[in-house]
Amino acid sequence: MKFMRLIWVNLLRNKRRTILTVLSVMVALFLFTTLRSVVTALDAVSEVGSEARLITRSATGITFPLPQSYFERLKAQEGVQAVSWANWFGGIYVDQSNFFAQFAIDQDTYLDMYPEMAIPDDQKQAFLGERTAVLVGSGLMQRFGWTLGQNVTLQGTIFPGDWEFTVRAVYVPDDPSFGDEMFFFHYDYLYEGTNGNIIPGWFVVQLEDPTAAPTVIDRIDRQFENSSNPTQTETEKAFNAGFVTMWGNIGFLVKAIGTAVFFAILLVTANTMMMAGRERIGENAVLKTLGFQDGLLFRLVLVESVLITLVGGALGTFGSRLMFGPGNAVNSIIQGFRVQWSTVILALVIAILLGVVSGMVPAWQAMKLPVIQALRRVA
Amino acid sequence: MALVEIQDLTKVFHRDSQEIPVFDGVNLEIEQGEFLSLMGPSGSGKSTLLHLLAGLDKPTAGRITVGGAEVTGMKRRQLAAWRAQHIGFVFQFYNLLPVLTAFQNVELPLLLTRLSSRERREHVDTALGVVGLTDRSDHYPRQLSGGQEQRVGIARAIVSDPTMILADEPTGDLDAKSADEILALLKRLNEEFNKTILMVTHDAHAAERAHEVMHLDKGVLSR
Repeated sequence: MKFMRLIWVNLLRNKRRTILTVLSVMVALFLFTTLRSVVTALDAVSEVGSEARLITRSATGITFPLPQSYFERLKAQEGVQAVSWANWFGGIYVDQSNFFAQFAIDQDTYLDMYPEMAIPDDQKQAFLGERTAVLVGSGLMQRFGWTLGQNVTLQGTIFPGDWEFTVRAVYVPDDPSFGDEMFFFHYDYLYEGTNGNIIPGWFVVQLEDPTAAPTVIDRIDRQFENSSNPTQTETEKAFNAGFVTMWGNIGFLVKAIGTAVFFAILLVTANTMMMAGRERIGENAVLKTLGFQDGLLFRLVLVESVLITLVGGALGTFGSRLMFGPGNAVNSIIQGFRVQWSTVILALVIAILLGVVSGMVPAWQAMKLPVIQALRRVA
Repeated sequence: MALVEIQDLTKVFHRDSQEIPVFDGVNLEIEQGEFLSLMGPSGSGKSTLLHLLAGLDKPTAGRITVGGAEVTGMKRRQLAAWRAQHIGFVFQFYNLLPVLTAFQNVELPLLLTRLSSRERREHVDTALGVVGLTDRSDHYPRQLSGGQEQRVGIARAIVSDPTMILADEPTGDLDAKSADEILALLKRLNEEFNKTILMVTHDAHAAERAHEVMHLDKGVLSR
């Protein structure tokens, strides 16, 4: 600790350079933390979803609906325990930037298939008993400061007009990756609001035995193969994973960007430390003359370097955590997106590593400095 | 037994394939409490002798002992620790760290000891008091005159109470008045505190302040 003052004054010797380097590291680690959280969230989304539930959608594409009559035909399939359906609503709440996922669900069958959503019984009954009731994720409630009984109006885009809802129930997911910013309302309400001009967007099929999924999938799709609305069925987990792949190879992209940023910042920090080391050749020679050991000088330079990157890294990574903590706006686009503590810790470890690597050469040079030649340079 | 014993000291520098001999078989003894000055033309090896005595450089051959410890046999790491304890070095250009105050500069050698913060403060205050700069302890080098900077340099050299003070042209960068003050201070350190001092200088007037003037020329040391 007694050497901290020496390290501190050396850090502040060229304030502008130190601040710029800290800011560079801050931006880099902010990017790293945020991008890494995107990958983590997408990985988690692709893992979420049950193997015991199937999603049956139009083989033409997710935006093409399926006939209502498929409901009974799916239910009649061997190995199927229950069937429900849902539609994407795509409304706007106040402003287009307030994006969150909205689904019209068959209220009588849907909730029983999703035990992942914990809903208080009284709220569940209130939701089921009112045509305009809405079930909202706890994160969404927090994000907009809604309360139970509050009226919420969505402006329809696929289904034009103003749609009035009343918040009657709140769910809490058992896993953040499931998402706590979804908005569910009665399919009946959408049906009536569109004068019956609506059919299910996709079906959710609950299996009696998850291991029978391949057989049931094959049987369902073969059943509708030659109809005017062929289907594509897959497990919910595979469906979610497929949804994630629509983002492209984000993981690779993020890793590539992260690596490039790491090396760019490594060069910036290393350059700063090299300049600082060069400026202090004479002083290091004097310190050695006073009896400072080679190893001590090595450690002093290294600690200085680590302090720069750690401060920058902490600012960047905690800034990202503050900006993308629970209830952030991106959470509604990528379910479960938030900066996790594990990512913060990883970023701080990288910051320390960055400091060690970039300080290694000047620290080594300080350690191996030939005192006599250096003193002659000072003289 | 003398405090410093130099036996058959030889130093040869190598520049490319060329050998440049500096000393060849120099012998010297310095008693505890002596104040010696060393004169000689540029390139005669005066500073090299100081560097060898301080363990900053290695001789080509020969032996140096200080206070019974054989400096020439020590490893790099041992030398640094030994130097911190036994050698006070005064530079021609003061070599204070510009980012530290006078107090902090003087405290530097004490950071290598086990002294507590309070004990370090007491030692530094004493050293600054000896050189008459108690009221300048919070000043940075840029806020001090050349003479004051050198006094801080001397305070730094004596703060850990070393066995010996090595001064490499301590007045070389000072005006006559400041140089006189520094020489008076060194003399006082020698007389009042019994400090052994070896001072390299070009200035005959400065050299006369020592007990004895030695000359180094063409590798030959004469007393």
